[in-house]
Amino acid sequence: MAFFSVFQPVLAVVLGLAIGLAFTRFAGESPLHVLEVLYQSAFGSAYDFGMTLFHATPLVFTGLSVAVAFHSGLFNIGAEGQLLFGALAAAVVGRALPGLPPYIAPLVAVTAAFGAGAFWGAIPGWLRARRGSHEVINTIMFNFIAAGLTSWLVLEPLRNPETQNPETAPIAAGYQVAAWPVFDGAPVGPALVLALLSAAAVWFFLERTSLGFEVRAVGQSEKAAKTAGIDAGHIRILAMALAGGLAGLVAVGEVLGNAGRFKVGFSPDYGFMGIAVALLARNHPIGILFAALLFGALHKGAMDLDLETENVTRDLALVLQACVILSVSADGLWSWFKRKALSPRGGK
Amino acid sequence: MEESTFMQSLPAQLLASTLRLASPLLLAAMGGLLSERSGVINIALEGFMLMGAFAGAVATHQFQDPWMGMVAGMGVGGAFAALYGFFAIQLKANQIVAGTAMNFLAAGLTPFFCKILFDVSGSTPTLPIDIRFGSEPIWGAWVILGLLAFVWSRTPVGTWTRFAGEHPQALDAAGLSVNRIRWATVVASGVLAAMAGVTLSVCLSSSFARSMTAGRGFMALAAVIFGKWKPIPTALACLLFGLLDALQMRMQGVQIGGVGVPVQFIQVLPYVATVIVLAGFIGRARAPRSLGLPFEKV
Repeated sequence: MAFFSVFQPVLAVVLGLAIGLAFTRFAGESPLHVLEVLYQSAFGSAYDFGMTLFHATPLVFTGLSVAVAFHSGLFNIGAEGQLLFGALAAAVVGRALPGLPPYIAPLVAVTAAFGAGAFWGAIPGWLRARRGSHEVINTIMFNFIAAGLTSWLVLEPLRNPETQNPETAPIAAGYQVAAWPVFDGAPVGPALVLALLSAAAVWFFLERTSLGFEVRAVGQSEKAAKTAGIDAGHIRILAMALAGGLAGLVAVGEVLGNAGRFKVGFSPDYGFMGIAVALLARNHPIGILFAALLFGALHKGAMDLDLETENVTRDLALVLQACVILSVSADGLWSWFKRKALSPRGGK
Repeated sequence: MEESTFMQSLPAQLLASTLRLASPLLLAAMGGLLSERSGVINIALEGFMLMGAFAGAVATHQFQDPWMGMVAGMGVGGAFAALYGFFAIQLKANQIVAGTAMNFLAAGLTPFFCKILFDVSGSTPTLPIDIRFGSEPIWGAWVILGLLAFVWSRTPVGTWTRFAGEHPQALDAAGLSVNRIRWATVVASGVLAAMAGVTLSVCLSSSFARSMTAGRGFMALAAVIFGKWKPIPTALACLLFGLLDALQMRMQGVQIGGVGVPVQFIQVLPYVATVIVLAGFIGRARAPRSLGLPFEKV
């Protein structure tokens, strides 16, 4: 039922948010008041909305990353590590080649970020395709390895000598992409366009190209794909490289558009949130835009809770996100609901 | 520090801190092993640990008794794991997605309740040393390992668990409930991981702190895989990872030949080793056949 496929995520989100907000009763707050604070803080002004978009942008990339891998039948839990590699590559290029002309420079950095992410994604893809080891475990391991390697690189050879903060020295001016003034100083700029274009490109790739068709074929039935003469291993390595590259593009908003450098710990688990975003959107590239906006809004919205409420902190964002994920993921609940409520004979 | 005393005291101190750091890993890994072998993926160990660490610290503070903390931690950990079981087993949610959500939930709920109880979201009040555990959880972990290894290889419970993960249809045909066994192992994994968390907050440190598990749940999961989903090799993996953890702490700020030791390289070794083992470069590591698949009656 086409109607149900849109209706169910919406219903699940409402249910998840209601349950999550009910927790605020423990803190002696009115859930409706908390909801209002969330809404105001996420959408209340041009700046607030800009910050929501700023947090939603990386989630588009990580959501697409998870979705592309999922279409090939793989679970990419590694977007977190892949985005760290992408961000590091952008920061390194931005230091190493300061003389590049503007317009060319950001393109080079974007390419480097995509390439580094793709490299980090392709390894678990290769391990799965050629060594048969499970990508879920490997991508989790690769997150930790990436966190260790990037933090060493940032703390030792690439450290910013000007400060005690764990960050690289700033990238050259030609690499920095300017924020649009409409958002009153929120760092929203070309990265948002790139995110929208990426979603469209992923949709086009999956639905309109023969390679994309092969990716989906492998995801639906490895055996059938092999019978049709598709090299499933090859396709999966490619899908994981693409997934890693997409996650690497998080660098554009963060390194080129915001911090101008790699800061250790800049990502509040964008990679893991990408799993939720892809799930909520059922791995549809355009749905991912909306899901990312929701999760970005929850993240930004919760930031003002510390000030605007007595006892609720921004940590509520995690609770709300968890409740939404659980509510969306409860397959058994929704198939029961579909049978009971939506079938004309009321079940059986 | 003098070079000579540094070298002399090193082996004994290193052994002691290895055992201390290995014990939470061991407890959580036993939990992970049980649930994974029964067919339920468990990337939520991290969240179970965090809930246990928080509840343990709160109850210890409240009752001024670490054993009350342990009991409370185990209860909360078990209940939290039951919620995961409800989604993973009953509602057939994707186990990786639900596990991720449980980790988010634990990371959010612990500071949320901390703020309500103590008006700070960062950490619980410091527990004085006389109401903290001494070495009980350290050797307790090994006693539990012994019990588990016995149950695993000498009782039908171990066989049932293995069948639930390898060949659930056979277990079902024998008249046993696959889902009941999976429920039991998932709740047990929550209890064990929570014990690991209580060990962190009431033994190895003196309070609960935000995100204090710092990836140890995932490291315990890595130990299960490094140990090829078998109890004794998993325990050895925990020892090895504990040793590496002790080493990297020891090496923080230490200079050898005027160059700092890159401790991050030691920190990532457990994960690198796990990738290598899983890729089959050292023997074969095979996951339980029905891992991650909800049980459907045929």
